[in-house]
Parts: sequence; C-alpha cells; structure tokens
Amino acid sequence: MSFAPYAAAAWLFVVGLYGVIASSNLVRTVLSLTVVQSATYLVLLGVGYRHGGKAPIVADIPKSSRLVDPVTQVLVLTDVVIEATVLALLLALIVQAQKRFGSIDPARLRALRD
Amino acid sequence: MAVLSSLPVVVPFMLAPLLVAVGAYAPRWSEDALAMVGAVAVLVICLLLAVHAGARPFVYWMGGWRPERGVAIGIAFAIDPLGAGMAAFAAVMVLAALTYSLRYFDAVGGLFHGLMLLFLAGMAGFCLTGDLFDLVVFFELMSAVAYALTAYRIEERAPIQGAINFAVTNSIGGYAMFIAVAMLYARTGQLNMAQIGAALDGHRADPLVIVSMVLLLLGFLTKAAAVPLHFWLADAHAVAPVPVCVLFSGVMVELGIYAVARIYWVIFAGPLAGHAEALRAILVALGVTTALLGAVMCVLQRHIKRLLAFSTISHVGVFVCGVGLLGSKALAGVAAFVVGHGLTKAALFMLCGVLLHRFRTVDEYDLHGRGRELRVAGVLFAAGGLLLAAPPPFTEFQGKSLLESASSGAGFGWLTAVFAVVSALTAGAVLRVGGRVFLGWGPSEGPDPQQARPAHERVDETRDERDHTPPLMLIVPGILLTATIVLGLVPGAIPWLSGAAARFTDHRAYAAWVLHGRTVAWPRVAPSHVSAGDVIIGLLTVAAAVAVAGAGLFGRPAVARLPQGIRVGGGGAVRRLRRLHSGHIGDYIAWWTTGAGVLGGACLLALR
Repeated sequence: MSFAPYAAAAWLFVVGLYGVIASSNLVRTVLSLTVVQSATYLVLLGVGYRHGGKAPIVADIPKSSRLVDPVTQVLVLTDVVIEATVLALLLALIVQAQKRFGSIDPARLRALRD
Repeated sequence: MAVLSSLPVVVPFMLAPLLVAVGAYAPRWSEDALAMVGAVAVLVICLLLAVHAGARPFVYWMGGWRPERGVAIGIAFAIDPLGAGMAAFAAVMVLAALTYSLRYFDAVGGLFHGLMLLFLAGMAGFCLTGDLFDLVVFFELMSAVAYALTAYRIEERAPIQGAINFAVTNSIGGYAMFIAVAMLYARTGQLNMAQIGAALDGHRADPLVIVSMVLLLLGFLTKAAAVPLHFWLADAHAVAPVPVCVLFSGVMVELGIYAVARIYWVIFAGPLAGHAEALRAILVALGVTTALLGAVMCVLQRHIKRLLAFSTISHVGVFVCGVGLLGSKALAGVAAFVVGHGLTKAALFMLCGVLLHRFRTVDEYDLHGRGRELRVAGVLFAAGGLLLAAPPPFTEFQGKSLLESASSGAGFGWLTAVFAVVSALTAGAVLRVGGRVFLGWGPSEGPDPQQARPAHERVDETRDERDHTPPLMLIVPGILLTATIVLGLVPGAIPWLSGAAARFTDHRAYAAWVLHGRTVAWPRVAPSHVSAGDVIIGLLTVAAAVAVAGAGLFGRPAVARLPQGIRVGGGGAVRRLRRLHSGHIGDYIAWWTTGAGVLGGACLLALR
C-alpha cells in the first residue's frame, strides 16, 4: 500500500490550516477550509483503496472482481454532503459580512473583541 | 422498547421540515405548539429509554442488521442509561428554551422552531448512537444547525462574525475526527464503537491508535471549548439569541465532554489500560488550565452574556478534570454537576434575556442600578449566582463532592482547591453583576470603548412592549432554578447516576451487551456519603464567592492602594490575556493548531 495519499493528506491538512491562519480574506479562509477537508477525502479513499480494484458498482461486473472498499466511498459521500451544507452557510455569512462590515478581511471585522 | 430508540431522532426530523414548509402561512401559535409537541415527545421517549436501559441496556439495529457471531455490520443505537439520560436532558433544555421563546422571541416563518428541532435531533442522535461514524455525523449535524442559530439575527454585525468564527473552528475539529474515523477503520475494519474497542483490545497502543484518539479528542474538545480550542465559544454566546445560548451552555458544550468519556471507555480503554496514569495527568492538566483561564476571563467581563460564556468554559475545565480522572465515581460526579450547572446557567441566560428585553443592553455598567424595579428577576439572578457556587446540599454540590472524593482517591486531592477557586470566581462574578444591576451597588463607570458595541443590541431581539416583563420570562428560569435545588435531593437520584456511570465505564460489559446481546448485571456501587469536610468546603466556597463579588463592587480603592509595580504588572497581564480573544479567526486557528500540537505531542510522548 502506497504511503503517498497519507503524506499528501498530511500536507493538505497543514497547508490548509496555514491558509486559514494567514488569510486576509474570508473567501480565502473558506477555500483553505476546503483544502483541509480534502485531506479527509484522501485519507478515506486511501484507506479503502485496493490495488487493481474496480469501482464498487457490482451490477455490471463479474462477481469475482476485485473491488475497492465501498464503505469508505460512502463515508466520503457523507462527508461531501455535510461540508457542502456548512460551506454554503459560511459563504452566505461572508456575503452578509461584506454587506454589514463593508469588508471581508477578518482583521477589519471588529464587532467582537475582548 | 428497542423499536422506540430511533424516534428521538426521527420525530424532530419529520416535524422540522413541516415547520419550515408551513411556517410562512401558519399562525405563530401553531408553530410553537408543533415544536413543543416534538420536544415533549423526544423527552418522554428518552425518559422511557433511560428507565428501561437502567434495568438492562439494549441495542437497536437499524433495518434489523444484527451482528453475526459478534461481528457487527449494521448501524446501531446503543441505549445505556447515561446516554439516554443525556438525550432526555437535551430535550428538557430545548423544551425550556422553546417555552421561554413563546413570549421572548419574534420568530417568523417557522425557521427558528425548525432549527431548534433539528438541533434536538442532532443532540439526541449523538447521545444514543453506538456507531463512531454516526457520532461524527450527528456532531456535524448539530454543529451546522448551531452555526445557523448563532447567526439567526443576520441583519446585525456581531452575529455574523460570531457565527463565522464558530463555524470555521468547529469544522476543523470535525475534519480531524473524519481522519480519526478513517484511521480506526483502516486498523480494525469496523465503524461500530464496541466492535472497534473489541478489535483493539489486547493490542498495545501504537502511534496510529494514539493519533486517532488525539484527533477525536481535538474534535470533541473543540465542541467542549477546552483551552486553547475555546475561542469560538465566548463569541458565539455573546451574539446568539438568548434561547440559543441556553442550549449552547446548558447542553451542547457538555455533549463534547460526554463524547470524550464515551470514546475513551468504549474504544480506547483496552489499548490504553496500561497508560491510564499518563492520560489522567494530560487530561487533568488540560482541565485545570481551562478551568482557571475561564474563571479569570469570567471575572474580567462586563458584557454579561460573555461573562456567563467564560463561566461555562471554566466549568468545562472542571468537567474535563472529572472525565480525565478516568473513574466511574468521578464520571457520576460530572453527570450530576452537568445537570445542575446546565439548569442554573440556562436560568441565568434567561434572566439576561429579561435585561435585554427591558433595557436593550447587557453591559454591566450601563445597567448600573437600572434593575432595581425588577425585584423577581433580581432575586432569581442572585439565587442563580449562589447556586453556581455549588452550595450544599443541592445538585451541583452533590456532583462536586463526588468529584472531590474521586479526585482524592486518584491522588489528585489538590483538585478540590481548583474546583473551589473556579466556583468562587465564576459565582462571584455573577453575584457582582447582580449587585450592580439589581441593587445599584458599587461605583458606576462610563462605557467601555472596546466592549460597548457588542453589548448593545440594536435590533429588537424580543417582542412585546418594554415597560413590563412577561411573566413567562421569569417563570421558566424560576422552574429551572427550583429543579437545580430539588433534583440532587431526590432520594435515589445520585445512586442512579452512580450506577449509570459504573455501567458506562465498564469497557468489557459494553462490548458484551452491544455485540453479543448478553445481559450484564447492574453493577453494585458503594453508596457515597457526603462528608462534613465537603459541606464545610462548600460553605466556604459560597462565602468566597460573596467576597469576590464584594471585591468586584467595592474593591477599587483597595486596588488603588496596591504598590504601583503590582498594579501595572497585573494590568499588563490582564490586557495581554484579553487581547488574545481578538475576534480574528486566523488567531483562533493558530491557537487551535498550537493546542493540537501540544495535546498530540504530549499523548505521543507519554502514552507509549
């Protein structure tokens, strides 16, 4: 089993976090968030991958075919659906932030400071 | 009975879209009625489940996919008394929040009610599920609803920023958990928690297991707002509508603690059995840091909702210590403390809503003396403040004394002092606010340029005219405070919780009843007695809370007489501490990453 997907996932997670930390634009913050999230896809798909495996759609391939693990693929789908919801919500909030603050630079959102 | 298990999730799931669909055309009373029927149904079912599981825990396999020879394929709801009890508690909180919003909240179009029910569905599923992936999915479900509820007043600036900070921080916690699920699946080929636990039993804790545990902890502790993953909480609480704050502080945050306990005992207790000492030290250190930082920040606040939010963070620290002691007695203490704290904190937020309704501000100094006419609210607020100090013999005290006896049993006797300091500081801050707002004590002060803005709510959060307080807005917190006083004194309540906690913490028995359907005998729990020492410490804590309040109200001349070095140094430290809570999402995630590194590093080094 190749180590590459996990190394790539670790890189995506870290670089995405850096993007969220360093971003001066909330849209870029959300994009960085999707980068972090891609790490979860890679890990899940890497875990379920079998060398030479076919897509787990068993209707039209011989029963003896080698398949990749369908469970992790389903988990990825669930992951995608959940995050699509959250990202849509976040982007809507950012549109609203632009309207109310006149800026989407997190440093210029100053409604909450201790 | 098992067939009812899915209803606490299904019923609100069916009602919520209905509410949103017809909400725009239906009268307000019908939305209220429908939502409350849903919450009551969930409450009744969860209570039934808890009572039945108390006699014998049971599993509901969705679609009848039962395990074959101890190998689970299907998705399960595993009902044990503590989990079902927690779900029932969530339903109580939602019901209280909905009742309070009858007169409070100008909710239009059924959206608010629909979201509240979805929130309840997420929390109930989170408590009942026996499947690790579902645990993460329900976590995400309740989080997504919580972001939307935080930004419910989307016309204002502060809620937008608060919701963005909340959503980004918690999403990253969620991603960490997805990776953890994938890693555990890779190792064991299982998603059922009991099955993962069984597969890991007898193996030593290798780095993969430890890293997956750290990633799960990071997700749940982000939700629970442990330092330094806590920054979102104060922002979200400061801006969310009061009925939503009731749910956040009362139960959502505590669910993070619940999940930490769940994954430890079901999944990791086997492989980490030899490392309990080290894990205990790590979690207690995390808890103490959270408790003390939360308490200090709490005392420094003048925005009352933020003050209550930091008090919640501080209590979360106590709960993390309790769960971190990794014992059933401590867990029973945490459970009792969570119930008492949740009820009290919910009532305090509701009283904060009364102030918001009458004066449109929750700034302590703006409200100086203006609450004099609100006698009932003042009395209730003072009662809430005192209850927060865990006075004997009420619910919080019962929990705290269990915790204290468990911590001295585990060699952490000094935690008693930490708990006392936390209770005294957070309760003292609430009592100080009560004295200043409802009695007009202490000097007044001009607006704080930094904090005044978010404290003023420009858009109406409440309906009705402002020259009187709707009685319902006082009755609901009154009932909650009464429940705090009464529940811990109900004969059999604390022994029931102790038994439930003993069952919860039995790693092998859990696998036996989930995977093999074996009956497990109700564990015998030695009755715990409250010692005279506990009572004395409890009374001293209350006295200390009053002293803290007094110092906050009248202590300024004494501070002015301190040597200049101490004043400047202390002021500088306080300023630096407050500046960390900058409202900047990048800063928050930088702290999150630091926390992840420290927790991960500590676990990898200590648990090998």
